Amino acid sequence: MTIVPVIKRDYITKLAEQGKRIDGRTFDNYRTIDIETKVVNKAEGSARVKIGNTQVLCGIKMDIGEPFPDTPTTGVMSTAAEFVPLASPDFESGPPRENAIELARVVDRGVRESQVIQLEKLCIAPSEKVWLVFIDIHILDYDGNLFDAASLAALAALLTTKVPVSRFLKTLNEKERASWQEQLADIYRIPGVNEVPFGSDETSTNQKKVEDFPLPMIEPPISCTAVKINDFVLFDPCFDEEVIADVRLTVATDHKGDLRAMQKGLSGSFTREEIQKVIKGALDNGQEIRKKLNHSIGK
Amino acid sequence: MSNEGRQVVIPGQILGETSALHPGRGTYVENRKIYAERLGVLNIQDKFVHIIPLRGRYDPIVGDFVIGVVEEASTSNWMVDINAPYPALLHVKEVPWEIEFADTEKYLNTGDTILAKVLSIDESKKLQITLKDRNLFKLKDGHLIEFEPSVYRRIMGKKYSMIENIQKYTRCRIKVGKNGRIWIDGDPEEIEKVLAAITMIEREAITFGLTSRIEEFLKKDAKDVR
Amino acid sequence: MKSDIKLITDEGKRLDGRGPHDLRKIKIEAGVLHRADGSCYLEWGGNKVLAAVYGPREAVPRHTQNPLKAIVQARYNMAAFSVEDRKRPGPDRRSVEISKVISEALEKVILTEYFPRASIDVNIEVLDAEAGTRCAGLSAAAVALVDAGIPMRDIPVACAAGKIEGQVVLDLGKEEDNFGDADLPIAISPRTDEVLLLQMDGHFTVNEFNQAFDLALKGCHTVSEIQKKAILEKYQSVVAEVQE
Repeated sequence: MTIVPVIKRDYITKLAEQGKRIDGRTFDNYRTIDIETKVVNKAEGSARVKIGNTQVLCGIKMDIGEPFPDTPTTGVMSTAAEFVPLASPDFESGPPRENAIELARVVDRGVRESQVIQLEKLCIAPSEKVWLVFIDIHILDYDGNLFDAASLAALAALLTTKVPVSRFLKTLNEKERASWQEQLADIYRIPGVNEVPFGSDETSTNQKKVEDFPLPMIEPPISCTAVKINDFVLFDPCFDEEVIADVRLTVATDHKGDLRAMQKGLSGSFTREEIQKVIKGALDNGQEIRKKLNHSIGK
Repeated sequence: MSNEGRQVVIPGQILGETSALHPGRGTYVENRKIYAERLGVLNIQDKFVHIIPLRGRYDPIVGDFVIGVVEEASTSNWMVDINAPYPALLHVKEVPWEIEFADTEKYLNTGDTILAKVLSIDESKKLQITLKDRNLFKLKDGHLIEFEPSVYRRIMGKKYSMIENIQKYTRCRIKVGKNGRIWIDGDPEEIEKVLAAITMIEREAITFGLTSRIEEFLKKDAKDVR
Repeated sequence: MKSDIKLITDEGKRLDGRGPHDLRKIKIEAGVLHRADGSCYLEWGGNKVLAAVYGPREAVPRHTQNPLKAIVQARYNMAAFSVEDRKRPGPDRRSVEISKVISEALEKVILTEYFPRASIDVNIEVLDAEAGTRCAGLSAAAVALVDAGIPMRDIPVACAAGKIEGQVVLDLGKEEDNFGDADLPIAISPRTDEVLLLQMDGHFTVNEFNQAFDLALKGCHTVSEIQKKAILEKYQSVVAEVQE
């Protein structure tokens, strides 16, 4: 375990009392955010996000499988996070520990509960075959605020994901291929969709031949995280701030300014006023980050 | 300016023959040839070939002043992280206080920072440090940062010229550990300036004329210098 | 498995346009991560690999310590999304084996006797895989070790040669790896040509093996030059920058 020297802790607090932070930022400011998409050829979608020195890579893989019995006509998504020992001297190899599981679940909820992926459009044959979407988050360099980096990487990766229809067809024999081609064409011609899926407008055009198409998405909510150190609320904590923080709050807001997901972490507590403060900051920062995200996917 | 004498060398690089040169720190010999064993800057003095490392953990030497962070207090000693490959042991006999059995935590506890001296290193690299000397004590207040241990000499400067300049222009109290840690106490704005200077030294450590460049940087909007 | 695609033309042109003795494109960058003691990013054809070194640091748990020297623990891991069909996260038997042979290869050149009881941890993450990941991973790990300031006798390097349609070629690509006749990845200490890693699968005549070995050795030396350039670029640039 990395031990934070008491004097470093005291110094961060002392600076906070003067409205300052160790890297010169204001309380509400994020570090520089850098988003790069399509970084992994083998993945159906991918993105690398840097927030300051923190680096996270997310890759999307898709496959065809069975739907859950209670939702026979919707695709299936799952999210996993790997805290690989490459990213921090404190990460160990082995099965995911509770931090990795919490991170994966928070990212998963942000995507699932807001129905960012239109899973109902990922059905191929009810009760039989649907598209599976695997979101895998790989932490590369840990300097605080994994929640925001991971969820942003997941969104950027999803928004650039192409459903690998052609790869699926390639695995079939000729007879099967013809029949599936027809079935798929039926399904994906229909989307009947007046509303244009976020990410691209390609699926709204009728396709004679079934080709890879962008994952149908709606405009996603953006996560912003703040921590409390003594009585000060600081956004986008770096590692030194995060390890001494009392409590953490992640707030995901959508483009209309509504709240879509929240997660409080660590053993400290917030007052109602402090929560309002985090919401306000999440809305302001969320707008800026949304612009960056849209820019990164060419919107 | 030429970069002669500031040549960067890499492991396995041939540096000369034992017939003409003597192998020094950071080198090894095979078939009478001298090779570099680590990334560093080549330094040849009086026929001795040394490598001044550019990267790597702190390699402790007895007598070094180091800044340690207490990892753990037990009944008769403390384990202290000094940025070396191994934690260092500080025995109750090596502190200036009279300590009753199992009372160690009252004096030093996890996370406390101390200015200490390397007391001994045995063959299996077990380290001991001491606080029993003048100018060794527990550090309070201020800020603690880490730097690449290899640039220690450049941070101090020739005859301490660099570190004295930094103290003069920022009016900060500064303690530099040979193990790549600096403790700085003073006005936060001035501390920031020290940090900027250290970053600059780290980045430009293998270049010439560094002391004067740093002085120019520090002079810029420096408060009245005594 | 034989495929109906022709892997190499009669003129000696391979699927990706390379000649029999050509390497894929290689790009190396040293010192790319903030937390690690040393790191390296490497692209080799369609492979993308990141390596990070931590240590030397006291080995834990204690029973793994060697009182006379440091242990070298390489950990090769493939990201779930790095392959065609998603891989389940975490170590499988293949990655455990590759980790072992890479650890042993690196240990030979590291001056482990300087650090009794310590461990030097080398983490290799394969982010995008396209044949030859162990060679790419080992070559990246070597640069990360130098970047971490670890004392070493040499900078190890790896490259493979193989056989496709009866012809010995350098550095098998994706289809060549799937449908080729033999594969021979080796790692060497380029200063002495000592062999640090050697694996082979498929079918070679002794004569073909010798050809393939010489070819892989030549490949290693080419990659070695790229490694050295990457390290010097990172650390010599400082001199150039300030002198401008």
